[in-house]
Amino acid sequence: MCASAAAGLERRVWDALGEVPDPEIPVVSVVDLGIVRAVEAGPERIRVEMLPTFVGCPALEVIRRSIAERLAGMAERVEVEPTFAEPWTSDRITPEGRRKLRESGFAPPGPPPADEPAGRPLFATIGMRPEAHSPEAREVRCPFCGSRDTALENPFGPTLCRAIFWCNACRQPFEQFKAV
Amino acid sequence: MSAQAHPWPGAEGGAPMSALATPGTGPTGTGATGLDDDTRDALAELLLFMADDELMLGYWDSEWTGIAPLLEEDVAFSSLAQDEIGHAQALYELLADLTGEPVDRIAYGREAGGYRQAALLDHARGDWAFSIARRFLYDTADAVRLDALAGSSYAPLAGLVAKMRREERYHLAHMHAWMVRLARGGEEPRRRLATACERLWPDALAVLAPPAGERRLLDASILTQPFATCRQRWLEELAPLFEELRLPFPFRLAGAGLPGQPRRLEPTFPEPGPEGRTEHNDDFRWLWGELTSVYRSEPGATW
Repeated sequence: MCASAAAGLERRVWDALGEVPDPEIPVVSVVDLGIVRAVEAGPERIRVEMLPTFVGCPALEVIRRSIAERLAGMAERVEVEPTFAEPWTSDRITPEGRRKLRESGFAPPGPPPADEPAGRPLFATIGMRPEAHSPEAREVRCPFCGSRDTALENPFGPTLCRAIFWCNACRQPFEQFKAV
Repeated sequence: MSAQAHPWPGAEGGAPMSALATPGTGPTGTGATGLDDDTRDALAELLLFMADDELMLGYWDSEWTGIAPLLEEDVAFSSLAQDEIGHAQALYELLADLTGEPVDRIAYGREAGGYRQAALLDHARGDWAFSIARRFLYDTADAVRLDALAGSSYAPLAGLVAKMRREERYHLAHMHAWMVRLARGGEEPRRRLATACERLWPDALAVLAPPAGERRLLDASILTQPFATCRQRWLEELAPLFEELRLPFPFRLAGAGLPGQPRRLEPTFPEPGPEGRTEHNDDFRWLWGELTSVYRSEPGATW
């Protein structure tokens, strides 16, 4: 297969992956979420590396299977391999993914906290005021009215990747995709 | 890994689950990891300690689902449980890569006496203050332990630890907030929290007790800090907080000013022995019956 055919196949694989929804937030695809780390595509083998959003993400196996099913037939073998070779962080969510999140009532994550340098004091980033305790307690914009007058209700939400906020302006609860 | 994905972890007739394998490792042991036998055994021991710690904590957390004092905490503790059991699973998988043993059998196929979680994780959930105190002591000790593994030369572990640290900081922040809230929350919460801390301190030391193969792990740079150093750092960081919150902190400074004797915090109670990960209490034996009951009903079954 010549180089352009390989590139064409790889393009088609990415396009196909763009149609694989996240099972927990189906408005976004695995590509929108930045879960796909790498694609190698050839007529014998397609290999997809994926980065779990959370170590214990229960949707991981479902996502893996959905990807394998969607790509079946595009090469003789399809391999979908989760890896922790680099951590998935929420800044891997694409601008398109952020737009889709906002439109469906999720606040997209702010910038993820940097990797903590080893040896940094444990409480360096934690204040003594409980209401300001979370890495999430930064400016988060309400996806419904756009106000920044919002408050963290719970850093833990209905799935591992979501936190619960309250908008003081439009008086509505909303969820945020966690910054991790 | 083929495209014929299996619906549940641990499918494929009990073969080691490779869903979370990191490239470069395989189920064949030394050949794939490049570690000599002693170093591999030392790493396997450390992974087992950490995985068992996380699994038991996750199970005890899950017991609050539906009955936590606040709806928010029902959600929080269910989420915490899911995180910790997920961490345990990923650590058991690294272990399975080293030993070739099926991951489900490692996690659920041992007799109660074969589990190696620290004594701190043996206790049933207790009251809310007890759960918070236990979790706070564990989360802080674990944070220091993960720090000592963040730069590990064993790439699959370093990669997993980098991801775990990003999740654990949410746990730590949440427990810190609850420690402050209960300590300043009036007489009863304060008393219950203090009682729990007092009860748990000796067992908490087991989390950072050095594994037998520590020297090997340090020599191979799999571990970047001795556990004794981790423990000192942990206690030094907690001392000001426990003082500020006026909670029991049964340690005193020793060795100050003597040549060759670095300043260190030592317990005012008898130093616990090496049985902190081998002798388990009745709470754990009950939990063991619960958490292994499905596995034991049909060992080796494909779910």
